[in-house]
Amino acid sequence: MTKKIDLEESFLYDRHVLEYIHRASEHGLYDIRGLGAKRRVPNFDDLVFLTASASRYPLEGYREKCLTRTVLGTRRAKKPITLDIPITIAGMSFGSLSANVKEAIGRAASEVGTSTTTGDGGMTQEERASSKTLVYQCLPSRYGFNPQDLKQADAIEMVIGQGAKPGGGGMLLGLKVSPRVAQMRTLPEGIDQRSACRHPDWTGPDDLTIKINELREITDWQIPIYVKLGATRVRDDVKLAVKAGADVVVVDGMQGGTAATQQVFIEHAGIPTLPAVRQAVEALDEMDVLGEVQLVVSGGIRTGADVAKALALGADAVSLGQAVLMALGCNSPSYFDGQEQVDVSDEYAKLGTGPGYCHHCQTGLCPVGVTTQIPELEKRLQPDWGARRLKNYLQTLTMELTTLARACGKSNVHHLEREDLVALTVEAAAMAKLPLAGTDWIPGDPPKRES
Amino acid sequence: MESLELESIDLQKLSVRQLNHYLHHEIGTTSPSRVEILNPNGLHNIAVGLDAPVRVDVRGHGGYFLGGMNRQARIVVHGNVGWSVAENMMSGEVQVKGFASQCAGASAHGGLLFIEGSASSRCGISLKGGDIVVGGHVGHMSAFMAQAGHLVVCGDAGAGLGDSLYEAVIYVRGKIHSLGADAREEPMAEEDYATVGQLLSRTGLDCSPREFKRVASAKTLYHWNVDADQEY
Ligand code: SF4
Repeated sequence: MTKKIDLEESFLYDRHVLEYIHRASEHGLYDIRGLGAKRRVPNFDDLVFLTASASRYPLEGYREKCLTRTVLGTRRAKKPITLDIPITIAGMSFGSLSANVKEAIGRAASEVGTSTTTGDGGMTQEERASSKTLVYQCLPSRYGFNPQDLKQADAIEMVIGQGAKPGGGGMLLGLKVSPRVAQMRTLPEGIDQRSACRHPDWTGPDDLTIKINELREITDWQIPIYVKLGATRVRDDVKLAVKAGADVVVVDGMQGGTAATQQVFIEHAGIPTLPAVRQAVEALDEMDVLGEVQLVVSGGIRTGADVAKALALGADAVSLGQAVLMALGCNSPSYFDGQEQVDVSDEYAKLGTGPGYCHHCQTGLCPVGVTTQIPELEKRLQPDWGARRLKNYLQTLTMELTTLARACGKSNVHHLEREDLVALTVEAAAMAKLPLAGTDWIPGDPPKRES
Repeated sequence: MESLELESIDLQKLSVRQLNHYLHHEIGTTSPSRVEILNPNGLHNIAVGLDAPVRVDVRGHGGYFLGGMNRQARIVVHGNVGWSVAENMMSGEVQVKGFASQCAGASAHGGLLFIEGSASSRCGISLKGGDIVVGGHVGHMSAFMAQAGHLVVCGDAGAGLGDSLYEAVIYVRGKIHSLGADAREEPMAEEDYATVGQLLSRTGLDCSPREFKRVASAKTLYHWNVDADQEY
């Protein structure tokens, strides 16, 4: 007779783990994939707003203004960045994305009055032309990095790490190293490319101070310098970035995406965005630079509610990566060919996945033409269509953000505050240091004495 | 043509910021195209981001990033330099009459970096098309992940030379302590002798190209490979 335990799945060695061990034994190589962590971690969904009631009064949704203007880089730059909304576009490389996608992003960002960011691989002229405000990344690889582009930038982002792979470098597999990508990166065509994880010309925070000054000298102290960190030891790292002279600190939580990296990094390195933003704000506060050094938060920001919660926790702006790709059709069952939607479920199937589950950006065979360098696939995402979609998405986020801010009685989205939030789970309450909903209890805080 | 007029800038009287502003906006346009910098005293970021065919003489020692991101200019340092001299240089020439600290010529896309003395570790790291000639020795991990260009070492090379090389080529006259992952010694071809000869002639160093060994990528790390064992 079969006993129940004879068919019981092991908790520790479940089907996922068994499949992983079998695959590793067969190939002897780790898995490389795109996008971000798939596991559930405490996130902004675990917070809710205490919108106005008798104790606070709300603003009228249609008649009363709620400002979204955002200024970044006020500390030392002569020309800080002024944006119409606090939602920016994160650095994504030409190479991982097609030129059409880069153009669509630049156009949408410019239309809604926000900034976009270059990526590993340098600045393309299409991107510069289509982006009103362009942040130029200085990455460890220095692919295509040059002083002419630096002088055309509106801000510089010194990338120390990325939430999806803090401590690791990027990857671009051979299929995506097209002639143009290879030429921009000074690499042979078609190789499996590994980006460096450390900068070639400086090591450690003292050197970083000098490096930031070099960039300021070269750009005549005109434009802001951001420092981007993958969220690990956030409190220390933010302080070191501030000490090194950053005008803006960008903190990217573990839910942040990537075009390709080792799966072990994506799921097992870094801390979630929720505690990262709280620690970053505390670090800025302890250094007495709140309001002087701006904080941009990224890693799994999807909705206007996420934006509002990040701002309420103390961020000055957020930055979006994966969600931008999704607005452009990532994980959609079809693409728009100019006349109608064309179903590509079979192409997802060839990659061994399906719409809704795909994370195969590393292959360069993106069924909807977003993360590809293959001309026939790239055509599937036309800049006009993409720019319109992304503009709609950013507009929706902004409307949701101002809706929540008004309901909290704020005439400026930057007036959202921690006091407007509570947590739904003990974990989120502990990580964000907010009270658990319906209680005064903040896990980790000393108990309040009964009066 | 270089102008015969010469402007002297004393870094005991002007700041590095004023110096660089002058070098970016005035030299060669509203003032002579030759300048000498006095009392550099190890200051960082001297003469960075230049973009004009001018000549700059630094009379003393420089700190980090001297000549960083240079385009067109010829910069001569009559002393030693700190980390990352001529980092990300695009064109022009930087000459160091003394010694250079770590990461000399890091990520240089073009131009010539000539160090008359020795250079410390990671010389030519991430090189992207520039040429580097070192009169003395280079430290460990030199030309790490170098993508294109040449590193010519007239003395010895430290451990891990050319680790994870791409298409850059290294020429060493002296002893190689050890090679890094995926770097290998290859026979010199006529083309190599010509390249070394041409680079040496630009520096005036008196040694024969025939004395050099060639180190280049074995290209075993160009594609993911299960047998490549821990070297990713
Ligand atoms: S649909 Fe394209 S962009 Fe989205 S995960 Fe798949 S390959 Fe990447």
